[in-house]
Amino acid sequence: MIRVILPQHLRTLAQVQGEVELGVERPVTQRSVLDALEARYPMLRGTIRDHGTQQRRAFLRFFACHEDLSHESPDAPLPEAVANGKEPLLIIGAIAGG
Amino acid sequence: MSKVRVLVGTRKGAFILTSDGKRGKWDVSGPHFSGWEMYHLKGSPADPNRIYASQTSGWFGQVIQRSDDGGKTWHQPGTPPGESTTAPGGMPKGESNKFVYDTSAESGKALTTHQFYDGTQHPWEFKRVWHLEPSLTDPDTVYAGVEDAAIFRTTDGGQNWKELPGLRGHGTGPKWQPGAGGMCLHTIILDPSNAQRIYIAISAAGAFRSDDGGKTWKPINRGLRSQYIPDPNAEVGHCVHHIAMNPSRPGVLFMQKHWDVMRSDDAGDNWREVSGNLPTDFGFVIDVHAHEPETIYVVPIKSDGEHFVHEGKLRVYRSRTGGNEWEALTKGLPQSNCYVNVLRDAMAVDSLDKCGVYFGTTGGQVYVSADAGDSWAPIVRDLPAVLSVEVQTLP
Repeated sequence: MIRVILPQHLRTLAQVQGEVELGVERPVTQRSVLDALEARYPMLRGTIRDHGTQQRRAFLRFFACHEDLSHESPDAPLPEAVANGKEPLLIIGAIAGG
Repeated sequence: MSKVRVLVGTRKGAFILTSDGKRGKWDVSGPHFSGWEMYHLKGSPADPNRIYASQTSGWFGQVIQRSDDGGKTWHQPGTPPGESTTAPGGMPKGESNKFVYDTSAESGKALTTHQFYDGTQHPWEFKRVWHLEPSLTDPDTVYAGVEDAAIFRTTDGGQNWKELPGLRGHGTGPKWQPGAGGMCLHTIILDPSNAQRIYIAISAAGAFRSDDGGKTWKPINRGLRSQYIPDPNAEVGHCVHHIAMNPSRPGVLFMQKHWDVMRSDDAGDNWREVSGNLPTDFGFVIDVHAHEPETIYVVPIKSDGEHFVHEGKLRVYRSRTGGNEWEALTKGLPQSNCYVNVLRDAMAVDSLDKCGVYFGTTGGQVYVSADAGDSWAPIVRDLPAVLSVEVQTLP
C-alpha cells in the first residue's frame, strides 16, 4: 500500500485523519498516486493539481525520503521506499502567506 | 416571529449569525471552513435552507460548498466519495470545484487574452469564485462570478459548472484590465421581472447586461467617467465596485464606482452621477432599502490610495432621494481612531418591516441597524477580516 500524508486542510476536506493508504499498481509515480488519491477522494480534485493542466499547484510541494520531488516528472517512478510502503509521499503546503 | 440569518464570509472562515426579528440578541456559529478565505455565501430565494459558499485558498484553489439545512451541515456537491468519477463511457462526472474556461471550437474560441496590469495581453487564468448568485426560482441553478472575469452557471446544484462564454466573447474582452484586487466579476443581479435579464459588473472592465439569459452581452457604461484611463469615457475599462437594485424597481440601478456614486434609470443604458454632498465618493459597498427604492446606503472610503474610512470615523451615508442628498449615520458606530474598510460584497439588507441593514468591516466587525440605519450595534467585533455579508429573512 502507498502511504500519503496530506496537509491539514485537505485532510479536513477529505474527512480523513492521519495518513491515507492507497492501492496503486506499479509503476508508482506522482501521477498514479494522485490519480488513486483523487479517485478515492474526488473532493480533492483540483486542490493538488490544476484541473485543466494537471500541473502541481504552485504553493504545494511533494516530498519523500527527505527529498523534494516537486520538479520531477509526474511520470517518473517514486523512490522504492514509497512504492513498497516503507516511506510516505508528503504533500506539503507552502508555509508562507497569511 | 420572523428570523434573520446573516451569512458572513471572512479571510479565515465563514460565520452564520442568527436572530429573531428584533435583531437584538444573536447566536454565532462558526468558523465554518476554518482557515479558508470564504469569499461569498448566499442562500437560494427559492429554498432558504439551500446555501452555497465559495471556499478558496491560494494553496488549494477553489471549492464550492453547499448546505441543504440552513448552514448546519455542508458538503461539496460533486461526485460523492467512493463513487466513480467517470461515467460509463469514460466521461468525467461532476466536480463541484471545477471551473474551466470554455475554449471549445463552437462557443469558446473567441477569447484567450485580456489586458494585464502593464497593458500587455495576458491569458485568462482562473483564480477564485468571487460571488454566487442563486436563481430566484430554482434552488439548483446558481451563477458564479469568477476571477479572471467570467460568468459560470450550474443547473445541478453545484455539481457541474459551465461558463457562459458569450460574456468573454462579445468583443471588448481584450480591453479588460484587472483592478488592484484582481480582474473579478463581483456583482451579478437577476431581474425578478424578466428572467432573461442579468446584470454583471467587473473590476475593472465595467458593467454589462444580458437580455437573453446570458447568451449574449453588451457593455452598459455610458455616462461613466474614469479620469485615470486613456479615454475617460471609454466603452469599457471602468472600475465598477458594486451595483445594487431594489427588486421592486428593476431597471433602476445604483453603482459605487472607483470614485463616483452613479445611478441609472434605464437598466444601465445611461448613468448619471449622484455623489452629491458625500464627503468622499470613493467606496466599495452600495445597497438599497428593501421597501424604499429611493433610499440607498454607501460607506465612503477616504481614497483609492487609503482604503479606510474618512477622518477616522465609520459612517454609513444614506440618501432618501436616490442620491445627491446624503446624511451621515453614526449612532453606534466608532467616530474616532477607526481605520477599517468595508469591502464590496459586505453590505446587505433584510426584508423585515423595519428594514435591517448590515455590513462587515476589514477589522472583523459586523454591524446591524434594525431601524434602516438610524442606529447601529455590533453583532460581533472580532472576526477575521470580513469579505462578504448576505442576509436571509426567514419566516
